[in-house]
Amino acid sequence: MNFFKTSMLSAFATATLPASVFAQEAMTLDQKVNETFAAITGPFVSFIFAPIPGTAFPWIVMWLVIAATVFTLYFGFVQFRFFKHSISLVKGDYADPNDAGEVSHFQALATALSGTVGLGNIAGVAVAVGIGGPGATFWMILAGLLGMASKFTECTLGVKYRNEYPDGTVSGGPMYYISKGFSELGLPGGKILAVLFSIFCILGALGGGNMFQANQAHAQIAGITGDYPGWITGIVFAAVVYAVIIGGVKSIARVTEKVVPFMGILYVGAALIILVINYDMIGWAFGQIFAGAFTGLGVAGGMVGALIQGFKRAAFSNEAGVGSAAIAHSAVRTKEPITEGFVSLLEPLIDTVVICTMTALVIIITGQLINDPETGLYVLDGSRIATVDGNTGVALTSAAFGASISWFPYVLAIAVILFAFSTMISWSYYGLKAWTYLFGEGKNSELIFKLIFCVFIVIGAAASLGPVIDFSDAAIFAMAVVNILALYFLMKLVKAELESYSERLRAGQIKKFKH
Amino acid sequence: MTTKLVVGLDGHKSGDRAVDHATMLASLIGDCELIIVYVVEWSPYSFQTAEENEQRHKRREQEISMAMERVVDPAVAKLKAAGVNARGLVRHGDVASIIMAIAEEEGAAQIIVSRSSEGGFVNRIFGSATSNLVMHASVPVTVVS
Repeated sequence: MNFFKTSMLSAFATATLPASVFAQEAMTLDQKVNETFAAITGPFVSFIFAPIPGTAFPWIVMWLVIAATVFTLYFGFVQFRFFKHSISLVKGDYADPNDAGEVSHFQALATALSGTVGLGNIAGVAVAVGIGGPGATFWMILAGLLGMASKFTECTLGVKYRNEYPDGTVSGGPMYYISKGFSELGLPGGKILAVLFSIFCILGALGGGNMFQANQAHAQIAGITGDYPGWITGIVFAAVVYAVIIGGVKSIARVTEKVVPFMGILYVGAALIILVINYDMIGWAFGQIFAGAFTGLGVAGGMVGALIQGFKRAAFSNEAGVGSAAIAHSAVRTKEPITEGFVSLLEPLIDTVVICTMTALVIIITGQLINDPETGLYVLDGSRIATVDGNTGVALTSAAFGASISWFPYVLAIAVILFAFSTMISWSYYGLKAWTYLFGEGKNSELIFKLIFCVFIVIGAAASLGPVIDFSDAAIFAMAVVNILALYFLMKLVKAELESYSERLRAGQIKKFKH
Repeated sequence: MTTKLVVGLDGHKSGDRAVDHATMLASLIGDCELIIVYVVEWSPYSFQTAEENEQRHKRREQEISMAMERVVDPAVAKLKAAGVNARGLVRHGDVASIIMAIAEEEGAAQIIVSRSSEGGFVNRIFGSATSNLVMHASVPVTVVS
């Protein structure tokens, strides 16, 4: 286990679950769940986060960033060249009016975003900035910008190789493009990789898409009401999720769908207000971000420490290269799979470059991180930066917003719970798609997965954050190991699509419709 | 030249009166074709879950066939039985804009709709499909009450 992980976990755990809680809960059900869970998942977690020999740099972070860089270069900076076109597609400029009533580009993007915008943007960024300092923000933005190309690659393939069934429903995602794409190219091993991806996707759905969310939602509620056993929150959440995914209570999902985007806008709006109030500090904050990015400004691990934190949290937040978005985007109705790739590249931009940066700026500007005015370096508390009230994670973000808008922490608490819920619903779908890929589609098979999913909500809420965040990160990154490996082989298929589409777009064959 | 009239139906009883009025106009005009339109209210900017997206294509087909079966086909059959030249269309989107667009595409001389029987808070603020149509259509609109 490398230094930043241990430090991150201890920092996060002390903030959200005080030591007294551990004492109180000794030998309780929560504690037993926690111990068993940590013992089972330990080896898997250690492998995924193993450092590159001789360094403290986890190989998995390198894997994601190198992939994003390769895709960016291979597709000639597609995220910048086609940015305007992406916006046009989302606006519906190229949507054929005869296709009205089908899933639009906007809807596919909004669905995918509701799965990614969540705790990563609120809690994850606070962890990154709390350990890596303001400089982590710079690397996070860079990773977000590069990640746009990864998203473009996987989502184009997601639509191109999805399964369309006779009844009109669709199923798509990495497991489909890996097996179909590999066989189209005459490459061996597609099926094995697809199965492996599906296994990791199920674990990711149960980890980051479920346990981490349940755990943090509980931490938020317990922060307001006072401590109580996590399994109680777990059972309540599980019951609501059960009602939606098994009971088919559409009204709950429908309310969430409408409230979550509103919460997202409210969050960014509040961040903007805080930035406007402190407009004279914005220049200074960016100065800190740039200086911190290359010197570390005293954080543990210096520049590398800042870089690891930024890259890692960006990947966890926007999921570029993980393959989950390819599942969400594959339902769009389009004759040109690549158009969904263009639309999807906006996702890391909105999620990481905009929302995550807002969180980071608010934390920096409101002076949550303690800086020594004489040296200009940040004061360390163990391996993390000392904060005003010793906050980390969600609590740090909450304190930062609360410093300017006193009632905002309450809104934030509701936002965290709703984001957690919507992320759970999204990931229950991703996990289900992987499950049905492995075990076949059918009512009984689907029901088994959905029940397992609900049980893990209870486990996630009951376990302490350390083992949960370990497992969540590891499972989601394991998906990226398989997905990116496959993308290297399949990217030439996307290149062919890109060249053909650009040519036709230049020649005026791709037409806008009058609306 | 055949005169075309667009008749917008909303699936309510009042729609029958719009059809009756159009039939009367058609008999006066003589060489006339009625285009019966039903619009399934839909926005490309709504938020949906991944599962709803997966099912969307199937649902759309169901919505179209249901609207055809229940609203459009019976109206067209009734008109044909009365010796009026008629055909039906079902589209998705914003009711007023779709009816206007069809009228323009078809070069229709007039739009005939019934006064919407639904009221409510939203209509008071944003106006009903009928009032939007009356305000924005580029061809004459007859509202049958």
